[in-house]
Amino acid sequence: MQQNIVEVMDLIYDYGERPAVNGLTFSLRKGEALALLGPNGAGKTTTVRLLNGLFAPTSGKISVFGLEPFRQGDDVRSKTGVLTETPALYERLTARQNLDFFGCLADMPSVERGKRAEELLAFFGLHDRASEPVGAYSKGMKQRLALARTLLHRPPLLFLDEPTSGLDPEAARQVHALIENIRKENGQSVVLCTHNLAEAERLCDRVGVINRGRLLALGTPDELRKQVMPGLWLQVDLWSPLPQQVWRSLEGNPSVLEIARSGELTLRLLVSEQAAIPVLVTELARLGGQLLAVRPQPISLEDVYFALQEKDRQENVAEVHHALE
Amino acid sequence: MRWNKIGAIVKKDLLEVKGNRAVWIPVLVVPLLISVLLPLSLILIPTQMDISPQVLASDSDLRRFVEQMPAPLKASLEGLDEFQNLIVLMLGYFFAPFFLIFPLMFTTVIAAESFAGERERKTIEALLYTPASDQELFTGKLLAALFPAVSLTWFTFLLYTLVVNAASYPVFGRLWFPLPGWYPLIFWVTPALALLGVGATVLISARSQTFMGAYQTSASLVVLVLALFFGQVSGVLYFSVGVGMLVGLAFWVIALVLLALAVRSFNRAALLTAKKRS
Repeated sequence: MQQNIVEVMDLIYDYGERPAVNGLTFSLRKGEALALLGPNGAGKTTTVRLLNGLFAPTSGKISVFGLEPFRQGDDVRSKTGVLTETPALYERLTARQNLDFFGCLADMPSVERGKRAEELLAFFGLHDRASEPVGAYSKGMKQRLALARTLLHRPPLLFLDEPTSGLDPEAARQVHALIENIRKENGQSVVLCTHNLAEAERLCDRVGVINRGRLLALGTPDELRKQVMPGLWLQVDLWSPLPQQVWRSLEGNPSVLEIARSGELTLRLLVSEQAAIPVLVTELARLGGQLLAVRPQPISLEDVYFALQEKDRQENVAEVHHALE
Repeated sequence: MRWNKIGAIVKKDLLEVKGNRAVWIPVLVVPLLISVLLPLSLILIPTQMDISPQVLASDSDLRRFVEQMPAPLKASLEGLDEFQNLIVLMLGYFFAPFFLIFPLMFTTVIAAESFAGERERKTIEALLYTPASDQELFTGKLLAALFPAVSLTWFTFLLYTLVVNAASYPVFGRLWFPLPGWYPLIFWVTPALALLGVGATVLISARSQTFMGAYQTSASLVVLVLALFFGQVSGVLYFSVGVGMLVGLAFWVIALVLLALAVRSFNRAALLTAKKRS
C-alpha cells in the first residue's frame, strides 16, 4: 500500500460568519491524482491555501509530507507547486525573468534554474518569445508560462487550479498529456481543482465533490456513480407504442429503478445493473414490445455531480427553514 | 533569513518599477526640477534679466525671517552682500525641507507599487505560494523601496550641491554649500523618513486593493513634511545641526514604531483576505 502524502482530518476554517471549509477529511497517496469539484466559493481554493500553510486552520489536522503546513510552511511549499486561478505573472518582466525569480525563491541553483527554464519554455512553445515582457502574451501563453512556473522546481505535489482555462483545444490536450506524463514518469501527485468534469474524469484517480466547504462525496468516478446514482440508463426506441401488459411488467420489475417517458416511441429506464439488460430486453420482446434500438447510457460524472449538488442545495434549504423556525 | 531570496525579491521589484512609467517618471522629474531648475533660475534669472538683487532682497517675509533667525545662524550670514544673502537663505535654508519630501515621495510610490500593486495585479498569491518566509518577503520588499529612495535622495543632494555651487560660484567666488545643518538632514533625517514612508505605506497597503489608493493615502504623509516646510519659512523651525538631530531622532522613533506595526500586519493570511476598501 502506498503511503499518504497528504492527510486531512476534520478540517475547519472559519472565514467571517460561515466556515469556508467545514469538516473536510481526505487523504492523497503518492502518485495519485485527486480532483476537487465544486462551484465557485465551494472551498476548493481555501483548501489549497490551508494545505500550503497560507492560512491557519481553525480546527482539525493537516499533514503534508508529514509536515504541519502552517508551522512549517516554507518546507511544505518547497515540495509543492501551485498553479493559481489567474496566471499571476509579473507582466513587466519577461518569461525568463519570471521563471528565474520563482526558481531563485524555490532555492534552485542558478545554472540548474536556467537550464530547467529553457527546457520548459521550449516544451510550452514559448522559447521564441521568452525575452518579451509577459504583458504582451496572449491568455493561453500566460497560462502555459504559469504552468511552467508551477513545474519549474519539480515539486512532488502539484495543485492545479483550472489548468486548461483559457487554452485552445490543442494546448489543453497538450496540458492533459503533460499531467498524465508527469504522473507516469515522475510519480508526482496532483490535486486538481476544476469545473471541467470531463477533465477530472480523464486525469484523476479519485474525485471529491465539494460545496459550502463540505466534502459531499469522495471516491473513484465508478464508486461515486454506484454511491450516488446506482444503475445505468437504458434508452429504448420503439417501432410502435408499448402494450399495457408491457408497462405493467416494467413497473413490477425489480431491476427497473425508474421509468422516464419521452414521447410515445422513446423511453428511458434506469436499470440496477448491466447484467439485467439482456433479461429485460427478452421479457419486453416476449410480451409483444416492438423494439427498434436499445442503447445503454452510463451515468456520467456530470449526472453524479449535479445530483450531489442538488441534494446539498435541498439540505441547505432545509437547514435554513429549521433555523428560522 | 536567506539573503539570496531577499536579493531576488529586491531585484524583481526594481525591475517592475523600471517597467512602470507611472512610478519612475515622478521619481525622476520632481528631483530634477527642484535640484537643478529651481536653483538655476533663482541664481541665473536675476543676473541674466538685470534684476537688482536689492529688489529681491527687500521682500518683507525675507527680512522677517532673517530677523527671527537664531543668533548663531544669523551670524552665518554676516559679511555677505544682499544677493549672496538671498541665495544662502533661499538655497541654503528654504529649500532644505524639499529634501524631506523626496524620501517620502520615493518610498511611498515604490512601496505602494510593491505591496498594494502586487495585490491589484493578483501576483501576490503566486508569491505567497513560494518557499520564502514572511520575514524574507517583507525584508525584500522593504529594501526594494528603501534602497532606491535613500540612494535617489542622496544623489539628488549631490546634484543639488553641484548645481548650487557651480551656478553661484561667480557670485561667491568660493564653494559655500552645503551648510552644516544639511549633514544631519541628509544622512540622519532622510533615511528615517524613508523608513517611515515604507512602514506607513505597508500599513496603508494592507487596507488598500490598488496601487493608486495606497499611493494617494501614503502621499498624505507629505502634509506632515509640508508643515515642517512652512515652519521653516515662517521662522519657527531652523535646521541647525542640533534641531536636525532631534527631528531625525523623532522620525526614527516614529518610523520604528510604524515598521513594527507593519511587520505585524504582514502575514500571508492577512494579505490574501484583506477587504476591499478603495
